[in-house]
Amino acid sequence: MTAAPITLPRWADAGLVPLVSVAAALVVAGLVVIGIGESPLEATALLLRGSLGSAEGLAFTLYYTTNFIFTGLAVAVAFHAGLFNIGGEGQATIAGIFAALACLWLAPLPGILLVPLAILAAAAGGALYGFIPGWLQATRGSHVVITTIMLNFIAATLLVYLLVEKIGKPGSMQPETPDFAKHAILTPMHQLLAPLGVTLPATPLNSAFLLALACLVAVWALIFRSRLGYAIRTTGANPRAAAYAGISPARITMVAMAISGALAGGLAVNEAMGVQHRLVLDFTGGYGFVGIAVALMGRGHPVGVALAAFLFGILYQGGAELSFDKPTITRDMVVVIGGVIILFAGALDGLFRRVVASGLRLGRVL
Amino acid sequence: MEWVQTLAVILDSGVRLSIPLLCAAMAGLWSERAGVVDIGLEGKMLVAAFAAGVIAYQSGSAWAGLGAGMLAAILLSLVHGFAAITWRGNQIVSGVAINMLAAGLTVILGNAWYGQGGRTPSLEGAARFPDIALPFAAAARQSIPVIGTLYDEVVSGHAALVYLAFASVALTAFVLKRTRFGLRLRAVGENPAAVDTAGISVAGLRYAAVVICGALCGLGGTYLAVSQSAGFLPHMTAGKGFIALAAVIFANWRPVPALWACLLFGMLDAVAIRLQGVSLPGIGLVPVQAIQALPYLMTIILLAGFIGRSTPPKASGLPYVKER
Repeated sequence: MTAAPITLPRWADAGLVPLVSVAAALVVAGLVVIGIGESPLEATALLLRGSLGSAEGLAFTLYYTTNFIFTGLAVAVAFHAGLFNIGGEGQATIAGIFAALACLWLAPLPGILLVPLAILAAAAGGALYGFIPGWLQATRGSHVVITTIMLNFIAATLLVYLLVEKIGKPGSMQPETPDFAKHAILTPMHQLLAPLGVTLPATPLNSAFLLALACLVAVWALIFRSRLGYAIRTTGANPRAAAYAGISPARITMVAMAISGALAGGLAVNEAMGVQHRLVLDFTGGYGFVGIAVALMGRGHPVGVALAAFLFGILYQGGAELSFDKPTITRDMVVVIGGVIILFAGALDGLFRRVVASGLRLGRVL
Repeated sequence: MEWVQTLAVILDSGVRLSIPLLCAAMAGLWSERAGVVDIGLEGKMLVAAFAAGVIAYQSGSAWAGLGAGMLAAILLSLVHGFAAITWRGNQIVSGVAINMLAAGLTVILGNAWYGQGGRTPSLEGAARFPDIALPFAAAARQSIPVIGTLYDEVVSGHAALVYLAFASVALTAFVLKRTRFGLRLRAVGENPAAVDTAGISVAGLRYAAVVICGALCGLGGTYLAVSQSAGFLPHMTAGKGFIALAAVIFANWRPVPALWACLLFGMLDAVAIRLQGVSLPGIGLVPVQAIQALPYLMTIILLAGFIGRSTPPKASGLPYVKER
């Protein structure tokens, strides 16, 4: 193997390499399906029908997509600054606690004030919990990867403590908060669209999806069209050059981690305020980790993140439907696919670039 | 003498709880001293626990389970090595992938094969490791007051894997510190270019480290499924791989301090279990979660340089590119 980096045309780098690695990951998943004695073609058909074949299925798919957009964007923003934020789970957990406290304590406020305040509280909680590892890396030199791992566990134990001892529903055996007030929750999509004459079945899809779309645009504008985004990308590409250009890498590290954490907080907004209408244990459900796969697959670009999030939405919803028909293929299949995509599109990127480069060369010869 | 008995029981359970940490910490130490960062300890232990649970059940032999567990973890380690060493991929990304892969795959396969929600069937008899009573344990308890009880409860009466785990610490410390292989391995983690110049294969040494790491993760995972519990449970590692990582950092990447860190974290866990719902005079009800979060909190404080200074191997996390 050569040490020289493999140069590819832009379209191949941004489009073909992720596609090839995702295809390879799906092949691996297919092999697992064969390994447990099911037909991968039948499974794929069931999966697609369950996720895209009906209005209800599509709405569920978009509800999962919402979660993946938030966590994917969170990882992507940190990536642009050269940081690897694997603390999405912890940041979303703290965001959920902040949002729940806002919903419960500020319940006398009218909904028009309460909902934005609770969303801001979630963003602030996530930002704070992202800022801490950023600050520790910038000023004390401790690596964000290790600190975010540790902070994930601390957030999880804090959530257990609060739900069991402090803000749990009185008299309930379940570790969960009391239900939020009716005016504190996000409008479900079927109610939102009803005045427009669109009738949807009742699904968990809610207005947080619109917030996620707005975040996609906002992150695109931030990263590619703003002064701060330029500073973030410069720091990520070369912190030393950034420092010469008058950008403080320390400040960018802290700012990027805070933004990343705030975006991860969107997961809590969708789950707690949009779907569960209360704070429950483990509401982050591994979305934070799948967000890494989404960001890697989407090459850190909001358009790519949106597409990758939609793919994982399809896998999640289709996987849920699939496990109804085929009890042996559980939802954990999506975790496997996520892991393989992270491996292929992230860690084995060099291998797949090599494969695509040889493929292109072969294509030119023919 | 009731307090002696209580103390002995807590220490005993602390020792048992620290074994998976100990194996994973030694595993991480080998990998990281060779310059390969490994946050996939958790996943490797989980896969090992699963493989050990399955094979121990199918064969009825705990030792066959151990072999399967080690093999499974080594295979996963080689995937990490392939990505990190051969293809110079991001080692953190690869570690995350391995953790997810392990978490998903074990549940799917377990559920498909045994249909118990991912669990493997309960192990009995020879499929588990029996406790070994050390010589004179019962006699010492009778004749020597405090030390005899501690010897009988804490030191004696563990499964073979417990003693193997402690032996792995001694072996790790000896090989890394006192042998040529160990010296080269540490050099590859500090200055791979120098090792390469001396005509020794950087990739070869790193692969060796990664395989040893897998074997030790296999030991830890097998202990969880075949010794501590009677079978595999989904997600049974429950963050132990990460606490082990914390212990490695805490110990500044040295074997014997890592042993103490693991024992400390194991004891904390034992105390937390013991204090569940207990009200202490003057403090009141102790929040168990606070004790559980302590290892993570201590690691962050240490990493931030507020106590001591952490110095990881210089080349850790950096893929080696040969000069042309």
